[in-house]
Amino acid sequence: MAAKAQKLSKTIESRTDNLLEVREFVLRASREFGFSEEEASKIVLAVDEACTNVIKHAYQFAPDRKIEIVIRPVKDSMQITVIDDGTSFNPSIAKLPDLKQHLSHYRRGGLGIYLMRTLMDKVEYKYAPGKRNEVRLTKYLTASEPSA
Amino acid sequence: MADFKVHQRDGEGVSVIDLKGYLDAHTAPDLENAFQKLLSDRKYNIVVNCKELTYISSAGLGVFMAFIEDVRKNQGDIKLSNMSPKVYNVFDLLGFPILYEIFKDEQEAVVRFRATLKP
Repeated sequence: MAAKAQKLSKTIESRTDNLLEVREFVLRASREFGFSEEEASKIVLAVDEACTNVIKHAYQFAPDRKIEIVIRPVKDSMQITVIDDGTSFNPSIAKLPDLKQHLSHYRRGGLGIYLMRTLMDKVEYKYAPGKRNEVRLTKYLTASEPSA
Repeated sequence: MADFKVHQRDGEGVSVIDLKGYLDAHTAPDLENAFQKLLSDRKYNIVVNCKELTYISSAGLGVFMAFIEDVRKNQGDIKLSNMSPKVYNVFDLLGFPILYEIFKDEQEAVVRFRATLKP
C-alpha cells in the first residue's frame, strides 16, 4: 500500500499555462502512491478540471491569484484538495446533466464537473466565499492496483 | 518548445487538422482559431487526426462542441481519427462517440467524406 506516502502541496498562480505543472505534480504523486498509469491519468484529468474551474469561474481569468493543491494520503485513498479564495462556485448544488441531452444541444459547459465526478470516487465542496473555497477529490486504491 | 501544435493539410474537398501535444484550457484557443479559419474559408469537411495528441481535457472537448453545429449546418462534418486509447477514453466518457464519427485511421475518415461528396 502507500506506507511511504506523505502530504504534498503546490501553489500556482491562476493561469492556464500553469496547468501542465499541476498535471506533472499530480501524476508523480499518483504513481508514487501506487496507482496504475490508467488510474493516475484519471486523477490528473480530474485535478486539471478542478483547477480550470477555479481559473475560469472563481477567479474569472485574473492571472495573479493563488491556487493551492494539497495531496494527502488517507488510509487506502489519495485525497487532493484544490483551494482558492475567489468567488464561490458550487457545482454540487447543480443537477448533473443528462449527458445525451446535453450533447445533443451542443452545450460545452459542465463537462468538467461531469468528468470530475465520473473519474473520482468522491468529490466534495466546501465554501467560504471570498475567503476559502475547497474542492476535495478522493480516489481509492482498489484491489486490482499493484501494491508496493 | 511548443506544447501544442495544430497543422492543417488541405486535400480534395477535405481538410485534415493534425493535433500534436496537449489540448487543455491553455491550448484550446489555438484549436478554436484553426476551426474559425476553416469556417471563414468555407471548409466544412474536416478530419481531425489525433495521432500525436497526448492529452485532452474538457476545455479541448468543448472546442469540438462549439463548432460542430455550424459545420453541420453547412453540410459538412468534423470526423476524428487516430486516437490513442487514453485520449479515446476521455471522448468516450463524455459520450462523444454518439455525436462524432471516430475512425481508426485518417484515410477511412477521408474516404467516408469522399463517398458523400458530389462528383
